[in-house]
Amino acid sequence: MARRVTTQRKILFTAFGWLFGLAMFFPILWTAMTSFKSEGDAIASPPLLFYHWTVENYVEVQSRSNYFLHFGNSVAISLGSVLIGLLIAVPAAWAMAFAPARRTKDLLMWMLSTKMMPPVGVLVPIYLIYRDWGLLDTVGGLIGLMTMVNLPIIVWMLYTYFKEIPGDILEAARMDGASLAKEIFYVLAPMAVPGIASTLLLNIILAWNEAFWTLNLTAAKAAPLSAFIASYSSPEGLFWAKLSAASTLAIAPILILGWFSQRQLVRGLTFGAVK
Amino acid sequence: MATLHTRSLARVMVAPSVVLLFVWMAVPLAMTLYFSFLRYNLLQPGPTPFAGFSNYYYFVTDPAFWAAIANTLSIVVGTLAITIVGGTLFALMLDQPIWGQGVVRILVISPFFVLPTVAALVWKNMLMHPVYGIFAWIAHVFGVTPVDWFAQVPLLSVTVIVAWQWLPFATLILLTALQSLSEEQKEAAEMDGASIISIFYYITLPHLARAITVVILIETIFLLSVFAEILVTTNGGPGTATTNIPFLVYSQALLQFDIGGASAGGVIAVILANIVAIFLVRLIGRNLED
Repeated sequence: MARRVTTQRKILFTAFGWLFGLAMFFPILWTAMTSFKSEGDAIASPPLLFYHWTVENYVEVQSRSNYFLHFGNSVAISLGSVLIGLLIAVPAAWAMAFAPARRTKDLLMWMLSTKMMPPVGVLVPIYLIYRDWGLLDTVGGLIGLMTMVNLPIIVWMLYTYFKEIPGDILEAARMDGASLAKEIFYVLAPMAVPGIASTLLLNIILAWNEAFWTLNLTAAKAAPLSAFIASYSSPEGLFWAKLSAASTLAIAPILILGWFSQRQLVRGLTFGAVK
Repeated sequence: MATLHTRSLARVMVAPSVVLLFVWMAVPLAMTLYFSFLRYNLLQPGPTPFAGFSNYYYFVTDPAFWAAIANTLSIVVGTLAITIVGGTLFALMLDQPIWGQGVVRILVISPFFVLPTVAALVWKNMLMHPVYGIFAWIAHVFGVTPVDWFAQVPLLSVTVIVAWQWLPFATLILLTALQSLSEEQKEAAEMDGASIISIFYYITLPHLARAITVVILIETIFLLSVFAEILVTTNGGPGTATTNIPFLVYSQALLQFDIGGASAGGVIAVILANIVAIFLVRLIGRNLED
């Protein structure tokens, strides 16, 4: 039953909604706008809404700092770590959802608790191990690390999705004489794929935006965008237009992925506590 | 269904995750604990003798430590206050029928997807810059002296940036919870002549209580570890004004190369986080029952 909505009220809330929505989005919008300004226009006061558009910042960011190396690192680290994570987590979540043992619940809670360990608690040994094994500033080292960082979330998300697949359907398939392989490919996989896709999406976002380990364990060579952008924090000169161009490129892909994953975000980050 | 065969197969399937996570957690944590009892500085080669609790003593008696504890709590509490209050208001607003609701929701949640380093630098330079920033210009328009954010209120500045990133998270979770509230209940209350405020207080707020708890606990875990925003804006300064526990441990380890001292700090950080974690694990564990 829909509540009666007066037009007046709707107009009021629409105005408020857009006002606050735009206020929240403003820093992102402003960054995107500034990225197309000249450095002079970027720091103009009063701020310029209309200006001469240029793409020179984007060209400069690439030519000066090899932007696409870092972009590639970000892609490799986030995609690589999540794919390896899925490879390890899918069987685990599958077994826990469909053949739960007595201790499955404890195991899940324990996995969750590893996620609560603050990274600084293990910064020192990880740093020393990485230094001794020559893993500092390597993409491979970061992939391995990010796999472990997100593994608990991956297992948990998959578990909550798999749990929703009705077990009876397996028995029905078996009664109809389906082999195990057929059961997996024709019955289970189609029902599991959406959950796996959501897990993939959210964890790519999380890995892309990770900024503790990337800042501490990478330098020029393997730095993903989160660490690369930090190099703009040096105070010499105001390179706002270039900072904006680098920032816009760094957040655009993940922003778009994020818009598609709103609902999975709630579920994934609350470990299924809020759906 | 669980025959002996499937049970052992299940064990094999679960094993890699468990073993990897156990190694990933136990080994470094044990090393941190071990280092925290050694006199171990990377700049002083040679033996690393047992040091008892001296690292802890040194850490706890350092004024920077207590400042860091205060700063850590200040960031957590400040951000929670802004995101819970703001998130509830945003969620209530987004739950209303408005034109372009989907777009407004996307606008509100977008900050969550921004890289922490990007968020921090954009805010510091383009919004909070005392001369060229948007806020300075707004102050100028109203004839007020602009605030020099990172010089005058550095900790608040960091908190505001972090809150901007986490407000979408709170909004989204509270909105999800809000949408499961039955309309009938509200309508019945309306018909009985309840005011908007009493409906919010007696129906909406109790319904949101669980979601708010979840937001508080999960945000706390992440907020105890705020790092990138501090590194790229203030580097912990001025003085120790924005140094929180993670940043203190980082500077002890990677700037002063004091492995023993930094490890003691790491152990303290783990204990702090565990206190919060116990509550969260209980809450989610209870949820597993249903």
